[in-house]
Order: sequence, then structure tokens, then C-alpha cells
Amino acid sequence: MAQPPVFVLSVPETPDDPEGQEPSPYDESEVHDSFYQLIQEQSRWAAEEGLELQQREPGPGALGALGDDHQALLGPEGVPVHSMATLRILASMPSRTIGRSRGAILSQLYNRTVRLRRRAARRPQLRDVGRSARPSLRLYDLELDPLVLEEEEKRVLLVKELQGLTVAQRDHVLRGMPLSLAEKRCLREESRTPRGKRRARQGGRGLPSCCSQLQDSCVLALHNLGLVLLSGLQALKPWRYALKRIGGQFGSSVLSYFLFLKTLLAFNALLLLPLLAFIVGVQAAFPPAPPASVPAFTGLELLTGGGRFAHTVLYYGYYSNATLSQPCASPPDGGQCPPEAGGLPYNMPLAYLFTVGVAFFITCITLVYSMSRSFGESYRVGSTSGVHAISVFCSWDYKVTQKWASRLQHDNIRTQLKELLAVWQLRRGPRSMCWRLRRVAVLGLVWLLCLGITLGCTVAVYSFSELMIKSPGSTEREGALLALPLVVCLLNLGAPYLYRGLAALERHDSPVLEVYVAICRNLILKMVTLGILCYHWLGRRVGTLRDQCWENFVGQELYRLMVMDFLFTLLDTLFGELVWRLISERTLKRRGKPEFDIAGNVLELIYGQTLTWLGVLFSPLLPAMQIIKLLLLFYVKKTSLMANCQAPRRPWKASHMSTVFISLLCFPSFLGAAIFLCYAVWQVKPSSICGPFRTLDTMYEAGKVWVRHLERAGPRVSWLPWIHRYLLENTFPIYLVSALLLAVIYLNIQVVKGQRKVICLLKEQISNEGEDKIFLINKLQSVYERKERSRVGRTEAAVMPPALFTDDGDTW
Amino acid sequence: MGNKHTVFTHEQLEAYQDCTFFTRKEIMRLYYRYQDLAPQLVPLDYTSCPDVKVPYELIGTMPELKDNPFRQRIAQVFSEDGDGHMTLDNFLDMFSVMSEMAPRDLKAYYAFKIYDFNNDDYICAWDLEQTVTKLTRGELNAEEVSLVCEKVLDEADGDHDGRLSLEDFQNMILRAPDFLSTFHIRI
Repeated sequence: MAQPPVFVLSVPETPDDPEGQEPSPYDESEVHDSFYQLIQEQSRWAAEEGLELQQREPGPGALGALGDDHQALLGPEGVPVHSMATLRILASMPSRTIGRSRGAILSQLYNRTVRLRRRAARRPQLRDVGRSARPSLRLYDLELDPLVLEEEEKRVLLVKELQGLTVAQRDHVLRGMPLSLAEKRCLREESRTPRGKRRARQGGRGLPSCCSQLQDSCVLALHNLGLVLLSGLQALKPWRYALKRIGGQFGSSVLSYFLFLKTLLAFNALLLLPLLAFIVGVQAAFPPAPPASVPAFTGLELLTGGGRFAHTVLYYGYYSNATLSQPCASPPDGGQCPPEAGGLPYNMPLAYLFTVGVAFFITCITLVYSMSRSFGESYRVGSTSGVHAISVFCSWDYKVTQKWASRLQHDNIRTQLKELLAVWQLRRGPRSMCWRLRRVAVLGLVWLLCLGITLGCTVAVYSFSELMIKSPGSTEREGALLALPLVVCLLNLGAPYLYRGLAALERHDSPVLEVYVAICRNLILKMVTLGILCYHWLGRRVGTLRDQCWENFVGQELYRLMVMDFLFTLLDTLFGELVWRLISERTLKRRGKPEFDIAGNVLELIYGQTLTWLGVLFSPLLPAMQIIKLLLLFYVKKTSLMANCQAPRRPWKASHMSTVFISLLCFPSFLGAAIFLCYAVWQVKPSSICGPFRTLDTMYEAGKVWVRHLERAGPRVSWLPWIHRYLLENTFPIYLVSALLLAVIYLNIQVVKGQRKVICLLKEQISNEGEDKIFLINKLQSVYERKERSRVGRTEAAVMPPALFTDDGDTW
Repeated sequence: MGNKHTVFTHEQLEAYQDCTFFTRKEIMRLYYRYQDLAPQLVPLDYTSCPDVKVPYELIGTMPELKDNPFRQRIAQVFSEDGDGHMTLDNFLDMFSVMSEMAPRDLKAYYAFKIYDFNNDDYICAWDLEQTVTKLTRGELNAEEVSLVCEKVLDEADGDHDGRLSLEDFQNMILRAPDFLSTFHIRI
């Protein structure tokens, strides 16, 4: 390791002449002409605008005393005030001039350039003085104003850099620069013009100039196309004004619910498109033979999904199990019609299986991508510390535009700050063992009760479903089929209120923990209920509906569940928000409106989306219904919110919670639906009288049949069966891929651990540098103080010797 | 309402589009908002780049800003001479930085300038007191305010010099994922 350089501060104690060899900026004025004016300006600025290292904004009293720089004074409240010489040195420290980010430097420099160009009357401030403020490093320059030259150089360099980028990169860099808009436009103009120079440079490298011109025009055309698409997409963005109003009145927390709703809408649209294109559309163009008796349309179909709807594209049973071709004289069932010359045969079972599989795969990729992006934005190393700083700087929501909403925000922030201070003071107090034991006991009891309620609901659903199987004639009467969804929805509605009541006993310290615990309990209830229902369908109903179309039944059950869920959400909104507000205003005479329960509502959305994903295999149009339901829900919730609710009083970490919601959407919800789908495709025997898989043992066999067909087709496509046999059927590649993934995850974890250590070390280093800086400043200050005192002592001794002698005479 | 071709030249619109986070339609919408603030002052034709400034008093009455306790600082930071009177360029710049597409570093830089009340490139304790007072509308007493400022400096000041530099502020913002969603004005 290299030896650290030794610094020796050699300052002569009593200089003989005022123009000694001290390295003071005073003396520089005689050596370098160009800095004299600078130093005059600096001293004028420092005198007029105040001190740098003082703790408080200086009042007029402190300033008056510093007009001359004779000695170090003590400013208000005993804060040491530094002398002018020290201040001048401090003003030219690297951290003042260079140590900031490049963007800050450039912006300062260019703002100064603009101001200089306009010959503004404003005096250039200390921070705008560039490197030229360090006399010992700057070479003497013959230019009149070295500052302008320095900035011109930087500007030219910047323009050259911009020219080297592509158009998209340049725009990206320009937009991210903290410069004013006028400056950015100038930079853009300058970096666009010399196209000839670029061509010449590239021509020198051997590329023909027409090629680069073509490349440029292609890039420009693509860029313009991208802009057109972006503006088109933004025009398609629905509810821009509604979201702005919601954000303005209720803040980012409530807005996160509506943004989540919009995200779900996008997911459903993504799911629906391939289904519409490849399954529903094709089958609708080739309708199968209609059944013997078509029941008349009664209103009950909308609720039960059966009856008239049973033999439509809505359900699995409608879909044909043969290869569809162009229509001919006889119905295209069983391949009695010879294929036309131009007709493309469409293998419906294969298309059904593949489309559902691919749609799920795309949804999975999109979900994981958005979850990881959200996670990346919201979790940081060390993000739990710094809660005061974050409350002060990041808690004011700039979106809020109404007076009363902004008043509410002021109140919330004040409460939050007071709570933080109280927590900090409380933490000092000791926590007794007895208190802790009591707390653990209460928490344990509440959790036991909640789990007991969940178990009770599960048993209720299970026994009711068994009752539905056993009771005769339940499948014939349409109305009776609504009983099970009704029971499930009632339990889903009632249990969260019980949980909320029990949670009042717990009295958590942190409100965020309360929300997490509430979400956890509600989620367990909903997932367990859905699990019981899935067992009921795939385990029991398949057995009892052996000679009927059980897939249609499952599809209809899910339809009913969705419709009931929607109706109960409407009821909950009506009673939970509107009626509660009326009651609390009239009867209980409370002025506050009910708070909008963000977590509960988001869980409702996740539940509804799980139902959609569970039912896609059995009812391909279910995503369309979910889209209609979400659209209606948006307007209902928005109206109810505006009329009846207020924003939550507790601080709500909008970005953390968005990450939690999308993770919940991915892990229990989508994963559960994917497991259900895989089980249904791989293990369950499809019914033999309806649907595209009626002659097969499992739904997956459609793929195997096709692969066998390909094997017989010839050697040209033999790679596809090979892939199927060795990569999909064989388990070894799956183990290999899993092992690789685990290794990658482990390496990433180690990298993050290492980065955490580096962050700790760097923090320590910054802290040490800060201490060094303060030490050096104090040393410098003491050196100048001594110099000043000795100079004052000398001048006094030179000026007033008689007075001194008479004083001496008097005292003696 | 004028056709967009008579308000700006094609080149001007392209330049605005490349230098801000807005599309053409949004720029025109912002221009009409700007014009509505002072219809007598703002010309309908910007092809000749007129030098027009809307005074701060009118900017502060915009519904997006009028209930914001930092509106004066925002206008001062984005205006050309630091006095709050804004040209159209300043106006577009302000809403571009406060839009949801602006990156975190850019927003952190301008947030730092906004909270730096005395413009000395550091957020000192006095700046923090001003910020906290404005945030709570003066409803915390002096002792609580100084306690909060002390805690903030403890947490965010890396080199312990008693004030926050731009790096300290950016470091702290990196640990606050909500910053992007709160430092955002929808227009």
C-alpha cells in the first residue's frame, strides 16, 4: 500500500511584513490579475448575502459586524463565526465547485452562460464560479473572461457528446438533464445540424455515405412512428380526468386502488384477445348442430348461467372435437366432408389446449415482469431507516388539489410527525416482561379466534357443498343452484367484519402492520374457501356427473360465483359506505365520513380475478365478463367514493402496497389458478359427451395425439416429436433448468449481500471525510485567528504606544 | 381556439416534444392552460418566440398549485430569474418535471432546489424548519419542529456537517419509493 502523503501546515507565527509568504487569496491579487475582480466580487457577496457555515439564517445584527475582517466574532447564540479569509478558502473547496453531480454543474454553468449572454444585472453567485476560483491550479489565461471560455468548452464538449448518440438516446439524455427548456432546445439544435460532419467521419471509416443516410432516415422514421403510437396509446388511456379528480381529492393511496383496477383490466384484455381470435371466433363461424330442445330465455340465465346460455360459445361443451374445415353440404362433424382445396383445416382440440396454455403463459410472464419491476422500484437496501426524513420530504402529495383535501393532508402529516416523535420518546421507556407476555397472549388469542372463524367458514362451505350433491333434484332446478355461491359470498362478506372487530383488540403500534395482518387473514379465508370449492368440483362433481357435461357445470358454477360476487360487492358498497355514512351523520352525530377501505377492496378485486383465471378453461368468455364487471365496478366505486368516503387517516405507503398487491395477484391467486388448470388438464378425465376432448383420456392427450400424427407425417418435422419426447416428457431437462435457476438466484443474493457491505463501508467513509473536513476548517480558522490577532496587536502597538504607557503609569 | 399549426411551427412542436416528456397533444393542452391564465398577455401565435412572462400571482391561482404550500418555491425554482414569473418554456418545463414520466434523479434534483429556501445549494436546518412549518401549517410548536429537524439531519446527513447536500438528499430519496408517486402533478 502506498504511503499516505504527509501534510505539514507551515504557517509562520509572526510574519515580518504584511505581504509575507502566507498562501492567502489576498496576495493572489498581485500575482494574477484575472482573479482580483473575482475575489472582490466574492468578498462583496459574502458580506452581503451572509455566512455559509452559520446554523441559522443570519439577522442584520450579525452582518453589520462583519463588514471588516479584523477578527473572528461570535455570532448569535455563540456559534463561531469564521473570518473572511477562511470563508474565501471555504468558498473554493472542491465540494462547492466540483463535488456535485454532473447535471448540477452543467446546469449551473449553462444558466450562468445564459445570464452572461443576456448581460443580466445580477451579480454572479459564488457557486457559479467554476474551477477558476482555485488560484493555484488555474493557469493564467489571456482571455478577458476565463469563465465564459471554460463554459464554452464544456458546452462544446457536451454538444459533441450528444452528436455521437442516436436520436432516441439523445432525446432520452436531453429529457433527463436538469437544464431549463430553452437551453435544452439550443443543445438539441446544435447537436442536430452537423450531419455532414458525421457522414464525413463515417466516410473516413470506410462506410458509404448513402448507407448512413439511409440508416439515419430509418431511425428517424421509426422514432416518429414510435411517437405516433405513444400518442395513440395515450388517447386510449381511459379515465384520465376521473383519475385526476380522485387523486386530487383523496391522494395517492386511494388512487392506487383504481390504478390496480386498471391494471387488472389490461390483464383481462390480454387474456381475452387470443381466446377470442383462436377459439371463440373460429367456433362461432362453424356452429355445431343445435341440440334437440333449446330452452326459452328467462331472466334467470343472467344469474345462473345455465338454461339458454348452456349451449353457446360461453361454455366448454359447445366446442367441437374435430378438425374444422370449410363448410360443405353435410355438417362438418366427424370428417364426412372431403376437405376443400383451399380450405385450411383447423384442429379444434389442439387449438383449444394451446390457446389456453399460451394465454396463461403470456399472463404469467407479464405478471412476473410487472411484479419484479414494482419490487425493484419499491424496495431498497436500508429503506426502513430514515423515516423522519422521508416523512418530511416525501409525504406531501403534490397531486392533491382541493382545499379541504389539502387541509386533511396537513392534518395527517402533523399527526404522523407527532406520532413519530412520540414513538421515539416512548422507545426510551423500558418495556416490562409482564407487558410483553400480556401482549403475546392477546395476539395469540386473536389469531386463534380468527383461524377458528376461518375453519368454521371452511367447514360450512364443505358441508353445504356435500349437501348440494346429496340432495336430489338440485341440479335440475336452476334457482337452487344459486345456493352455494350465495353461502360463499355471505361468508366472504361477513367474516372480514368479524376480523376487523377482533383486530380492534390487538392495538398494533404500527398501522402498516395492522393492514398487513388484515390482508393476511382475509386472504387465508378466501384462498381456503376457493380450495374447498376446487376440490368439490374436480374431486366430487366429476364423479357424480359422470354421464353429463361436468365441464359445463364447473363453468356455470364459476359464472354464478362471479355474478354473486359482483352483486355482493354492490351491496357492500351500498350498505358499508352510503348507509353507514347516513347513519353516522344522523344518528351517531359524527362528522367524519367512513374511510375507504383500500386493502379490503383490493382483495375483492384479486378474488374476482382468481375466479376468472380458474374458469378460463371451462368458459372461454369469462374474461369478457370480468372486463364488463370491472368497468361497472369502476364507476360504482368512484361514485360511492366521491359521495360517501374520505381518505384514510393513517399514512399509506402507496408504492409498497402496490408491490404487495401485485405479488398477491401473482402468488396465491395466479399460481393457484395455474395449479388448478394443470391438474384439470393432466389428471382429470374429460366428459365423453361434450367439448373438444370428449374422446380422450386427459385433455393433454390432444397434444400427444398431434405429436404422434407428426411423427407419422415424415422426417421433415421429426425435430418436433424429438423435442416433445426428450425435453417435455423427460424430467431431466426440468431438473437441470430448476437447478440453473436456483444457482442464479443464489448468486444474486450473494451479490446483494456484498453490495450491502460496500454501502456500509462507504457510509463510514463519508462520515470520516466529514469529520476530517470539520477538523481542517477549525484548524484553518485557528491559524487565521492567530494571524489576525497578531496583526491587530502589531498595529495597535504601532499606533498607540503613548496611551499604553500612560495606562501602565496610571496603574502603577 | 387556434389550429395547432398557427400557434407553433412544426419545428417548435418537434423541439418541445423531444425535450419534454409530453406528446404534441399534451403540449397544445398545456399551452391553452397557460393562455387561459392570462388571455390578454399571452399571444395566440408563438411562431416568433415572443418573450412573455405570466406573473406569479396568476400562476399561483392554478387549481393544481393553489393549495400547495410550496407553490411559491416551485414557481421560483422553475422561473428564469427566480422571481416566480414564468414564460411558456418555464411552464412546460415545470409540468414536464412534475409529470409521471420524469426519472427519479431529475425529480430529486428539482425537489432539492425547491426545499432549499435560501438558495445556497444546501438544505440547512433553517431550510428544514421552513419546510416543516409549511407542511404542518405552523401547528407544531417550536420545540417539536426543531426536534424533527434534528432527527432529519441525523438520518440523512452523511458527512455530519449539519446540512444536507444534493448527494445526501438523493441518497435519502433513493430509499423512499413513494417519492415518485407523491412528487407528481397531473395536468
